[in-house]
Amino acid sequence: MCGIAGLIHRGKSSNVGSELQGMLQALKHRGEDSTGYALYGDTDGKNFIMRFKVGENVGEGSSSVMEDVSVYDERKKIVDQTLAEMGAKVVKEERTLPYSLRYEIDYNVKDLLEFSQRIESIPGVEILSMGKSLEVIKDLGNAKMVCDRYSLDKVVGTHAIGHARMATESGVDIKSAHPFWGYPFSDVSVVHNGQLTNYWNNRRVLENKGMRFMSECDSELIAVYLAEKMRDGATLEEGMKASLTGLDGVFTYFVATKDSLGMAKDTMAAKPLVLYESDDLVAMGSEEIAIRSVLPQEIDTYDPFDGEVKVWQI
Amino acid sequence: MANLKTVSKKSKAQSMGMHTEVLTGRTQQKFFNPDEAENFYYFGTYDVDFNKRTELDVKDMTAPEANKEIDNLMSQGYGTIVIKNPQGKHSLGVGILNKLNLIFEGSLGYFGMGSCDGPIVRINGRVGWSCAENLMAGKVVIEKNAGSCFGAAIRGGDLICKGSVGARTGIDMKGGTIIIGGDAGAFTGFMMQRGRIIILGDVGINLGDSMYDGTIFVGGEIGSYGSDAVDSELTSSDQDWLKRKLKVAEIGENFDVSKMKKIVAGKKLWNYDNLEPTEKKGAI
Repeated sequence: MCGIAGLIHRGKSSNVGSELQGMLQALKHRGEDSTGYALYGDTDGKNFIMRFKVGENVGEGSSSVMEDVSVYDERKKIVDQTLAEMGAKVVKEERTLPYSLRYEIDYNVKDLLEFSQRIESIPGVEILSMGKSLEVIKDLGNAKMVCDRYSLDKVVGTHAIGHARMATESGVDIKSAHPFWGYPFSDVSVVHNGQLTNYWNNRRVLENKGMRFMSECDSELIAVYLAEKMRDGATLEEGMKASLTGLDGVFTYFVATKDSLGMAKDTMAAKPLVLYESDDLVAMGSEEIAIRSVLPQEIDTYDPFDGEVKVWQI
Repeated sequence: MANLKTVSKKSKAQSMGMHTEVLTGRTQQKFFNPDEAENFYYFGTYDVDFNKRTELDVKDMTAPEANKEIDNLMSQGYGTIVIKNPQGKHSLGVGILNKLNLIFEGSLGYFGMGSCDGPIVRINGRVGWSCAENLMAGKVVIEKNAGSCFGAAIRGGDLICKGSVGARTGIDMKGGTIIIGGDAGAFTGFMMQRGRIIILGDVGINLGDSMYDGTIFVGGEIGSYGSDAVDSELTSSDQDWLKRKLKVAEIGENFDVSKMKKIVAGKKLWNYDNLEPTEKKGAI
């Protein structure tokens, strides 16, 4: 089933980590195999923030293969070495969990493709997000468990999207969890509720065009599809509109960039979405109870119609 | 069981245009004897007084707790219950088979007022997916917008949304009336089998897709027609009925019904009168 939620504050910052946690926890009945956050925090914009993993969570319910923690250390060493070779200076390093790391990197390059390819050529290493504002945090368990594990409740920022996952098409692991980074574009993330039926056809075409897939989760296709459209010069909104016909199946998805948040709904309107819009806040979720967790008072909400695409700026 | 093959005269429902097909063969329609009055009441319903009013704050209740408390209040004879702070909770007010005046001061989540038979409900907010699914009788009025599958499979009663509704409104409906003050999404009236839908605003793509019977009236623009949905002539009795219904629904009373479009089933997809595969074998 899966549940998605997102919010964007316009003209101000707020405690988006805590707010999104409340929204996703309200949707936990839609799936708690894994939960993911894409948070756009307040930063000085000087350094890149790279969230990456060197292994999988192999806890209860995981479909991943158990590995020795020493393997994670080895992979981290190779990442550090590769970064140094590329001239990227690690300004700050955090290792929240043995397999999950956050680096702030001083690295002056616009094209992240080569950078990402080199890092991900290290076996077992995946970049979860790369950007100057975006941080993707995803792990097994419900929203509160992931929030507590990574101390996300104190994150302040302008906007955020998240996903509560019930695994149906692929494994219970971090690589299949949402949000997906819009590789190799800085600060682009996607969450999806639904099922894409032309995943393999599109994947073959996109891989032939040089795009990268890290999982076998159909939802990753949306991030890659939009990234490819943007690589070819389309705006985010143009890419999203093209996806209504380019992607087959049922879907409602959110996509966020450094300064915007958008939603798209398939032409059959098979997946739910409730929207609240005001001058200073837009909140959206698979169910109204998600929005109620941040706006308990009586509010006016609505369901977007089939084939609708909307984008909001901060 | 009645054998409707022998019915030569048009029934009142048919003459009013509520349905046009001639039923043949088996029917599950039951004919009650007025002397068997007890058969008209559900087991476990209560004799309530509409003038006896109370309020119920469900802010800190789960949906089952709230529904149980509504039942408890009805058992005490309360005929008017005001629900405070529903806050988008799912499945509130489901399964009420009683006369009751129920007012929600806020919005409902999914499946609100599902499988009800008889209550008069006003929701001063929005409703999520599948509101009033399987409604059999009564009246449900929503003051704001509604989600998808609004009035799915209703058998009777009036379901009114003063705002706009999502996709698949009236899917599989088998009777009753759905009235929408605003716009409606894609696949409105999908596979409807009887009953009427009135939309004062625009409607999305695939209107009345695969409908078996029933009627859809649209005041605004139509995105596209679904398979086997066709235009039909808007008669004067249709207009009279629309005016009456819109007035009762407290919505669009001054709406110019003469310009509405009437959509019915083309009946090219019908397979009603064909024998079932097992029956074919028997016939051979």
